[in-house]
Amino acid sequence: MAVAPGARIYEGTRIPFPTPTVLQLDERLRERGDILQINFGPNHPSTHGVLRLIVDLSGEEVVGLSAVIGYLHTGFEKSMEQKTWWKGITYPERIDYVGFQNNELVFVLAIEKLLELEVPEKATWMRMLLCELNRIHSHLVFLGTAALELGAISMFWYCFRERDLILDLVEMVCGTRMHTRYFQTGGLAEDVPIGFYPQAREFVEWMPKAIDDYERLLSSNEIWLERTRGIGLLSGDDAIALGQSGPVLRASGADWDLRKAEPYLAYDQVQFDVPVYPNGDVYDRYKVRVDEMRESTRIVEQCLDRLEGMEGQPWIADDRKVVLPPRHELHTSMESLIHHFKIVTEGYRVPEGEVYVAIESPRGESGCYVVSDGGAKPWRVKFRAPSFVALEATATCMRDALVADLIAIVGSLDSVMGDTDR
Amino acid sequence: MTYEGVPGVVRTKEQHRETTLIVDTPRLREACLHLRDEEGFNTLVDVAAADYLGWPSGPEDVAGYIGDAGGRSVTSPGSWGLERLPEPKPKRFSVSYHLLRLGADPARVRVQVWLDEAEPVASVIDVWPTADWHEREAFDLMGIPFEGHPNLVRILMDDDWVGHPLRKDYPIGGEPVRFSGEE
Repeated sequence: MAVAPGARIYEGTRIPFPTPTVLQLDERLRERGDILQINFGPNHPSTHGVLRLIVDLSGEEVVGLSAVIGYLHTGFEKSMEQKTWWKGITYPERIDYVGFQNNELVFVLAIEKLLELEVPEKATWMRMLLCELNRIHSHLVFLGTAALELGAISMFWYCFRERDLILDLVEMVCGTRMHTRYFQTGGLAEDVPIGFYPQAREFVEWMPKAIDDYERLLSSNEIWLERTRGIGLLSGDDAIALGQSGPVLRASGADWDLRKAEPYLAYDQVQFDVPVYPNGDVYDRYKVRVDEMRESTRIVEQCLDRLEGMEGQPWIADDRKVVLPPRHELHTSMESLIHHFKIVTEGYRVPEGEVYVAIESPRGESGCYVVSDGGAKPWRVKFRAPSFVALEATATCMRDALVADLIAIVGSLDSVMGDTDR
Repeated sequence: MTYEGVPGVVRTKEQHRETTLIVDTPRLREACLHLRDEEGFNTLVDVAAADYLGWPSGPEDVAGYIGDAGGRSVTSPGSWGLERLPEPKPKRFSVSYHLLRLGADPARVRVQVWLDEAEPVASVIDVWPTADWHEREAFDLMGIPFEGHPNLVRILMDDDWVGHPLRKDYPIGGEPVRFSGEE
């Protein structure tokens, strides 16, 4: 069993009944009066975007809660049905705009699975490197903002300093700092630029020291411990019943990481550990993410070791029906010009079928269910958003919480509203 | 792995190393309980509904298809990937439940039911509590009525929204825009 034995966070289940995501106010409490119903959000600086919580308070205690989402619904899935496969790749990274690289990957992997396309080794390792950088980026945003909300303002500056280093690397690779569209069906859009590896090496050397600094600031800080320990409890069994994944699940004692359980890319060829903590509280979710940053740095280093020996190797599959021909060929080859024209104007066709691809994004299992009718546009695209599922656990985590804990708990679930609402 | 003991399975499909169990709609809960309790599928990962209105029924319906019912024509360029013709669908909507066995022996399976317009399907909220929001989303965007869901209201769209946006007969860009000075 995945849940560590002996990890008893609380007895039985705390999932509300009959609706698992709504903490219903006890009728006896309501009759006694003195219940204050407040509307928390959607425009509140500490809700990580446009999350709205309707909270019933008895004094400072949270006695009822329901989450309202959808304020950022932009119909990505509908829009993607209108675009060719090729053009659709720009959408998923805007869904989870903090874990952009991972979301881009899951859609590209889904297309490649339908096409049964082989990806060159160099592209696989570069994808892995960028996804791990992106995981560090995402956890830095979590750490900075979650600590900021609890009053640790300086954390925000330190985390965003390192975040900038990662964005510099991303900018070097593709020209933009976020939403890269660097992953292409079949591999990468361009070769790894000159000077990328040395700069990435510098980052890998620097990052462990920065993480030590964060831990010195927070891990034994009395205020931080008081505000996070034993808060927002979620047992392993409840987490699984509520479909949790990623750091939230691992902080509840479950040793589950898709990079280990169902390795994709080349995760079976790198050494890393999966941090698991047993207490299921806000503090453990913080610890899991901090440890994951260290592990991701290790993976980035191993990717660099491999990539530096791959100079001159192809970065994209040589399949002219799907992959754009090299630019220089367009001036001399008629066939290349035709292929280029066909792919850009009408797109490539993807065989009929349905697939579900799941990867371990910074927030947990990010999945993509794709249906193709054999045409140039997807018939249906559905994203399994880890943030959406994480927010389902708010009502369970919020049992016996105080109103001030609410901010710590919502922060610790680390949901991105773009991902939740799609 | 075989799923012979699962109640209500109409058809089993293997594609791209993924198993799909197509289940008789009224026996969905039974099948889900069996998969959870006997096969150990402790996690419901996702509920994905799809609308197949206008799904191509022959080669002439797929844009750019070159070939005939027997398959693509190898002499025609540009028909890459059309080895298969779209398989006809039994009803308009499909609802796919992606299950995961989270533990030492991981496995995934897709349970699928087929529905006509307004045909209800049983809620699996008491099998996996996480189904709550997933089912609300499928109801909101695709109009699938889940029977036995205690709080089946819209989740992503406004409460007073009319229509289900992810259906194929729902127009895109259908919002009327009024300009100043317009009659």
